[in-house]
Amino acid sequence: MKNTQPTTADLERQLKRRSKAAKLEVWGRVVSFSALILIVAVVVAIIGFVASKGIATFTTNHVNLWDFLTGKDWNPGIKDAHGKPEVGALSMIVGSFLITILSALIATPFAIGTAVFMNEISPNRGAKILQPVTELLVGIPSVVYGFIGLSVVVPFTRNVFGGSGFGILSGTCVLFVMILPTVTSMSADALRSVPRYYREASLALGATQWQTIWKVVLRAATPGLMTAVVFGMARAFGEALAVQMVIGNAALMPHTLVDPAATLTSVLTTGIGNTVMGSLQNNALWSLALVLLLMSLVFNLIVRLIGRKGRLH
Amino acid sequence: MFVNNDVSKQDMEERHIVQPHDPDHPVVLSTEDLHVYYGKSEALYEGDLKFAQNQITALIGPSGSGKSTFLRSLNRMNDRIATVTGKIMYRGVDVNQPDVDVYEMRRRIGMVFQRPNPFAKSIYDNIAFALRLRGVTAKKDLDEKVERSLRQAALWDQVKDELTKSALALSGGQAQRLCIARAIALRPDILLLDEPASALDPVSTSQLEDTLLKLKEHYTIIIVTHNMQQAARISEYTAFFNQGRVLEYDTTSHIFTNPRVQVTSDYVSGNFG
Repeated sequence: MKNTQPTTADLERQLKRRSKAAKLEVWGRVVSFSALILIVAVVVAIIGFVASKGIATFTTNHVNLWDFLTGKDWNPGIKDAHGKPEVGALSMIVGSFLITILSALIATPFAIGTAVFMNEISPNRGAKILQPVTELLVGIPSVVYGFIGLSVVVPFTRNVFGGSGFGILSGTCVLFVMILPTVTSMSADALRSVPRYYREASLALGATQWQTIWKVVLRAATPGLMTAVVFGMARAFGEALAVQMVIGNAALMPHTLVDPAATLTSVLTTGIGNTVMGSLQNNALWSLALVLLLMSLVFNLIVRLIGRKGRLH
Repeated sequence: MFVNNDVSKQDMEERHIVQPHDPDHPVVLSTEDLHVYYGKSEALYEGDLKFAQNQITALIGPSGSGKSTFLRSLNRMNDRIATVTGKIMYRGVDVNQPDVDVYEMRRRIGMVFQRPNPFAKSIYDNIAFALRLRGVTAKKDLDEKVERSLRQAALWDQVKDELTKSALALSGGQAQRLCIARAIALRPDILLLDEPASALDPVSTSQLEDTLLKLKEHYTIIIVTHNMQQAARISEYTAFFNQGRVLEYDTTSHIFTNPRVQVTSDYVSGNFG
C-alpha cells in the first residue's frame, strides 16, 4: 500500500477538527472545576454563617469582646450587677485547652513508642498486629468512647481521687485513648518516610540500633511527628460528644482536675437545642462555635508551617 | 542469567583463585566457607577471599553476581535481612559469631554506600556524629578529628569555611567524600565501599579515585565497582564474581591482561554483563 500524504487543505481540516478526545477533556475539566467550586462555596458559607452569627453577640447584643474572652461567669440568660449579660467564656476556653494539651502530652510518648516499635523494632509483628488494631481504634464511634468513659473512667476517678468523678481528668483519659490511634498511625507514617539509607549510614558507623533510632530516625522524622501531635490536638480540641459525657458540664473555672468543668464543644452540644434563634443565649453559643472554628484554623496553620519548615532541611 | 548453560557447566571446573601473599602487606581480613542466604535462596557461595593490608581490592562482576552481598556481609550489615554462615576472620578473630559486638566491629570495619547518604545535619555534625556516640565531647578534640577526616577525604579546602552549613547542600561528589570522611573519623582499619562512584560524574569520580589512592596509606580498602576501568586504575587485587561465586581472584594486572577463566575474559573485555 502506498503511503500517501493528504493535501495541505485536508491536513489543516483534520488537525483543526475538534476531536472526541478534545471534547472529553473539556468536559472533564468542567466537572472537576465545579467540584472544586462547590467545596470552596461550602467552606466559605460555613465560615460566613458561623462568623455572622458569632459576631452578633458583640454587634447586636453589645457584649464586650474582652469581657467575652476573659469573663469567668457563663450565664447568658442572666444579667450581672451592672446590667451586663454574663457571657464570659474563659472557663470553657481554659477547659478546652487544658484537656487538649493534657491528652496530647500523655498520648505523644505512647504514640511515638508504638510507632517506633511498629517500624524499627518489630516491623513484622507491627504490620500484622499493631497496624490493624490502630486502624480499628480510629474507627470506633466517639459515643462508644464516651459511654466507656462514663461507665468505667468516671467511677474510677471518683473512687481514686474523690469528687463526682466528672471533670478534666476523666475527659483527658477518654481523649487520650481517642487521639492515641491517630497520633500513632501518623507518627508511623513519619518514621516510614525516613529513608532507609539514613539508618544504614548510622549503623555502618557503629551506632547501635537504639542510637540510630534516637539520634537519626527520630530527628529526621521530627516535623512529621510534630504534625502528628498537632493533628491529635486538633481532634481533641474539636471532640464534643465523648467529652461532654464525662466532663460534668459545669461552666466554671476548674480548680482541680476532678472538678466538673466544661469545654467549648460540651457547652455547645448541651446548649444549642435549648435556646431560641436570635436570642442572646443562642448568639453566645455561636460565638463559642466561632472560637472553635478559629482554633481549628490555627491548628491547620501550625501543621502547614511545620510542613514547610520540614522541607527546608 | 547472562551466560548460557554450557558456559555455566564449564564454570564449575573453571575457577582460578590466587590469594595475595605479599609479606609487606599481610592479610587482615579473610572469609572461610562463607555462604549468604536470603530466605531459602542462596545468594552467595564459594566466596572465600583474603584481603591484604593497605591495598585496594576491587570486587567486579555483573549485576546480581553477589559482590555487594559479599561486601555487606563483611561488616555484618546483612544480619537483619540475610543468613550469613561461615567464618569472617578479622586479624585472627572470627567476627561472624553471635557473641561479637557488631557495633564495635563496624567501628573497625567502616562502610560507604553507593548513594551519598549524608544526614540532614551540618557538615561538622555529620562527621562528629560517630565520634559523639563514642563519647568524644571535648570541642578541641572533635574539631581536630573533623578537620583530619575532611583533609584525608580531600574535602577540607572546599568546606572549611562552611562547616555549619547543611550537608544536603553539597554536590554529589562532595557529599560522597563527606561520607568517606564520616566513615574514617573513627579511624577504622578497613574501609568497605559499595559502588561509591556510580552516582557521580566523571570529574568527581576521578577525584574520588585520587582520594582512595591516598587513603590506601592508612586503610585497607575493599571496593565494589561496576566500572572496570576504575578497578584497573586503582586496585592491586581484583575478584571477579559471577552468579554468586568468585570465579577468579588475582592481582589486578593479571585479571585484566591475562584472565585465566573464559567468563572473566568475556566480562573484562565487555562481551557480556
